[in-house]
Amino acid sequence: MNILIAGLNHRTAEVEVREKLAFDGPKLESGLIGLKGLPGVAEAVVLSTCNRVEIYANVNDPGSAPEEIKGFIAEFHGIAPRLLENALYFHSDKAAVRHIFRVASSLDSMVVGEPQILGQLKDAFEFALKQKTTGVLLNRLMKKAISVAKRVRTETRIAENAVSISFAAVELAKKIFTDITEKSVMLLGAGEMAELAARYLKSSGVREILVANRTFETGCRLAEEFQGRPVRFDEFIREMAHTDIVICSTGAPSYVVTKGQMHSVMKERKQKPVFIIDISVPRNIDPEINEMENVFLYDVDDLQGVVDTNKEERGKEAERAEGIIEEEIETFLRWLSSLDAVPAIVALRERAEAIKKEELEKLLGKMPQIGEKERKAVEYMASAIVNKLIHPPTVALKEASEDKDALIAMIKRLYGINGE
Amino acid sequence: MDTGTLSFELALTFYLVAAVVGIIELYRSSKVTSSGMFLVAGAGFFVHTLSIIYRYAVAGHLPISSPHEAASFFAWCIVLMFFIIEYHYRVGLLGSFIMPLVFLMMLSSSMLPREIKPLSPVLQSYWFGIHTLFAFLGNAAFALSFGMGIMYLLQERYVKSKHLGGLFRRLPSLQALDEINYRLITIGFPLFTLAIITGSLWADMAWGSYWRWDPREVWSLVTWLIYALILHARLLAGWRGRRAAVLTIMGFISILIAFFGIKLLQKGMHVFL
Repeated sequence: MNILIAGLNHRTAEVEVREKLAFDGPKLESGLIGLKGLPGVAEAVVLSTCNRVEIYANVNDPGSAPEEIKGFIAEFHGIAPRLLENALYFHSDKAAVRHIFRVASSLDSMVVGEPQILGQLKDAFEFALKQKTTGVLLNRLMKKAISVAKRVRTETRIAENAVSISFAAVELAKKIFTDITEKSVMLLGAGEMAELAARYLKSSGVREILVANRTFETGCRLAEEFQGRPVRFDEFIREMAHTDIVICSTGAPSYVVTKGQMHSVMKERKQKPVFIIDISVPRNIDPEINEMENVFLYDVDDLQGVVDTNKEERGKEAERAEGIIEEEIETFLRWLSSLDAVPAIVALRERAEAIKKEELEKLLGKMPQIGEKERKAVEYMASAIVNKLIHPPTVALKEASEDKDALIAMIKRLYGINGE
Repeated sequence: MDTGTLSFELALTFYLVAAVVGIIELYRSSKVTSSGMFLVAGAGFFVHTLSIIYRYAVAGHLPISSPHEAASFFAWCIVLMFFIIEYHYRVGLLGSFIMPLVFLMMLSSSMLPREIKPLSPVLQSYWFGIHTLFAFLGNAAFALSFGMGIMYLLQERYVKSKHLGGLFRRLPSLQALDEINYRLITIGFPLFTLAIITGSLWADMAWGSYWRWDPREVWSLVTWLIYALILHARLLAGWRGRRAAVLTIMGFISILIAFFGIKLLQKGMHVFL
């Protein structure tokens, strides 16, 4: 029983390589079954996301398994093994346990703390369960990895802070407004970042999205994409009176919203708060309007500042998470090493039971006249002696200790147990 | 120590612990501090209620006839209102702002003479209970809105300054803080208005005039005008957010002046608010 992880991720392989090696769609099932079919592999789980492909396996021989798995991957995806040389990494034993715990807890992710990876890992495990390619070791390992990730998430704040500009904008919106689903958003102009922010807000369930673009047709197309409503560009100021969140990215050379205009907008809104995100460079909205009451204006640099602080915060939380993981590795390894003793314990018990049975048969064969009650009593006594005798060595075997292998060998020798 | 004193001292202690835990919660939040504060505050409220019942039983009237009793009863009303608001809105961190206030109120009560004096004949009226109850509950709502106002200003500072550290994540949204604040004033204002109406009706019966420009009366009028302005400006001119928060803080300071300050200036007929 040996844990082996073979994988590649965004740090070791370019996206072109990751694409080629992905186990997506029907490839997942055939890949999993193929892996399980390898002579050296007892159990297997395959995780395949856009940033990583990882194979978690229980292998018989940790020496030869890496080559075997590498060969399989190359053959399965039809690429030359030498292409894998630098991309693929292998972890075994403790390092493997640490690796999967870190992956599950999103410490190994491109964006540390991003929440998707845990779900992807769960799915990978469930799929492998369905395909029956897992057993005692991987079941325990995967379940433990999932629970460690949950512990990390509840005990640290690693996943709490937004680390992208668009997420930061949504996070802010939620601290300005109570219920974002009642709010409307206006997209002023277009641009990758602005559209991304609008998309996040849309997925957070905002009530309505308006799109105002200098080219009305472009606006219409965007509006369609967001299931929103196109607005003529010269009318956007009027619409601002009913819009709670404005994302501005017009590429205009000067301010498209001035302080004076904002004053009349706020008057018409009856001072209801408004959140304005100015992603344009140069800025399109007079920065002074942030000083107005109930107006909250953030430009790209402001949002980047928020993201930077959040990233720092995440770094600190990640350190705490590593501590939790080290703790959990110890408990897992303790369980794993108790597993080593299982065959010896089973053999010991079998041996004892066999002796008991043999001696009982001998004894009872000699006295056929005794009644049912007496026979039960004798059997009971024999069981009690057996149990009491094998209890201390069983406990000793179960308890993890450094000289476990020697202990197992000694017990086998003392009790005359062969094999395994 | 009799039962009344014992339960009062216990309540004072519990509120102190709740206030300290509430402040710790601001700096180092954990499950222990957040639920611990509620438990301790709840225990304090329980013994506090006992002490008020005890005094009621001994004196035979609502125990708000001396400054000691009035401050204690005011604190009790604030805690009551706090639990009601928490039950409805679950405002994060509200307790950390309210429990220190409650403790200070109780502390000032504990330092005032505690003997139970017979009610002066002029106060022996049906109106006594009604008038004071309205006044205290109204003021308790204003005390809570004072807390919400401070929290609003804090959160607004985080958002405006673009440094989203500190309590930013744990404070409620600006809109929630503003709306709950408004809700509290719509509860407090009618109660306070009723207190003034019943007070003047009672004054007419007791002294033959509705309004006597007693300093406490004047200051109550000032307070009433501040809250009337908050509501009026909000509905008509959309004064919300920071302005509303600042005004609610001013309003409560005015209540505190009426409560503690005027007592020092002059002895009016109001032994309490």
